[in-house]
Amino acid sequence: MNEPSFARIAGVFFKIGATSFGGGVVAYLRGAIVEQEKWLDDDGFLRVLELSQTLPGLNAVNVAVLTGDELRGWRGAAVAATSLLVPGLALVTLLSFLWGSLQGSAWVTTALAGAAAAAVGLIVATTIQIGRRQLTDPLDLALVVATAVAVGGFGVDLGWVVLGVGGLSILLHRPGSGRRSSERASSRVTPA
Amino acid sequence: MMDEIPKALSLLAAFSMLSVLAVGGGSAVLPEMHKIVVLQHEWLGAQQFKEIYSLGQVAPGPNMTMVAVIGESVAGPFGWLAAVLGFFLPSSLLALAVNRFWHRLESWQWRESIEAGLAPLAIGLMASGAWLLAKLAVEGRVGLLVATFTTGILILYKINPLWLILAGVAAGLLGAF
Repeated sequence: MNEPSFARIAGVFFKIGATSFGGGVVAYLRGAIVEQEKWLDDDGFLRVLELSQTLPGLNAVNVAVLTGDELRGWRGAAVAATSLLVPGLALVTLLSFLWGSLQGSAWVTTALAGAAAAAVGLIVATTIQIGRRQLTDPLDLALVVATAVAVGGFGVDLGWVVLGVGGLSILLHRPGSGRRSSERASSRVTPA
Repeated sequence: MMDEIPKALSLLAAFSMLSVLAVGGGSAVLPEMHKIVVLQHEWLGAQQFKEIYSLGQVAPGPNMTMVAVIGESVAGPFGWLAAVLGFFLPSSLLALAVNRFWHRLESWQWRESIEAGLAPLAIGLMASGAWLLAKLAVEGRVGLLVATFTTGILILYKINPLWLILAGVAAGLLGAF
């Protein structure tokens, strides 16, 4: 693999940041990184994706950080993640100024209410798709429900939930427990 | 201006914490973000929080760039910067650090345990994000219809979610009149 220039890395991630919509960013990333640029092969990308899902933070941003790091070290990571985020940050900021000047308009309120309702559907669908395995395994499902109820029902601080449920869950999936394959990454890299 | 800097610093602290706790991505920390921004500090109203999240849905690129708008609304340009750096930098630094040694742990038995163990936590947190947003955002029969329709279509068909967000906008406009 030839070492790509920082400009090339910036260009590729900027383009994805500007043209991918609605949570499908990882699929676009795979297309560019594996198929067009051939920066990683399928296994390399899967490894990056699995680690991205395990780590906190946005999947797409983590994929950019890890891929950039593989290509050109920490500077590559910084260039990739920044380039991926800049178009969306610029556009959402611009939209917010428009929104600010239109605030109070019934049209804007109802339009955004419609977008919000659709966004609920998007999160629900993504949760079901990524969590197919966790939602069908009794023990995993119990952990999912415990997490959701602690946060959503009782308002337990997120830090305690991550430490408590996360720690307990890792112990329950300990080596030798026979409950270790997560099978998450492979299910969601197909482009929308 | 003078009171914006302390606010921006609190934002930086709060969003940095959210960043490293965001197992399961952006929607996983929505309830905690709502708690901090709307309930504890009362920096924004629930309606504003909801509308900013909705704005973020029509922007391209990774989800959650809307944290910039939250920051800007709370504390101007300093707030913008604090929210963006706070939300995206700590998790990225952590990813970079972990990437340095995760390779070498290929044969470490607990590696898979951590991956499999954090999965249900991530799904549970995402579900709590959906729950919060549903409470805030699903209003009346039209809202329920739009949310259900969107879920169904996305599960059954591979379609760019942006079209469904725009369909939601259209339904909102039509339903209102």
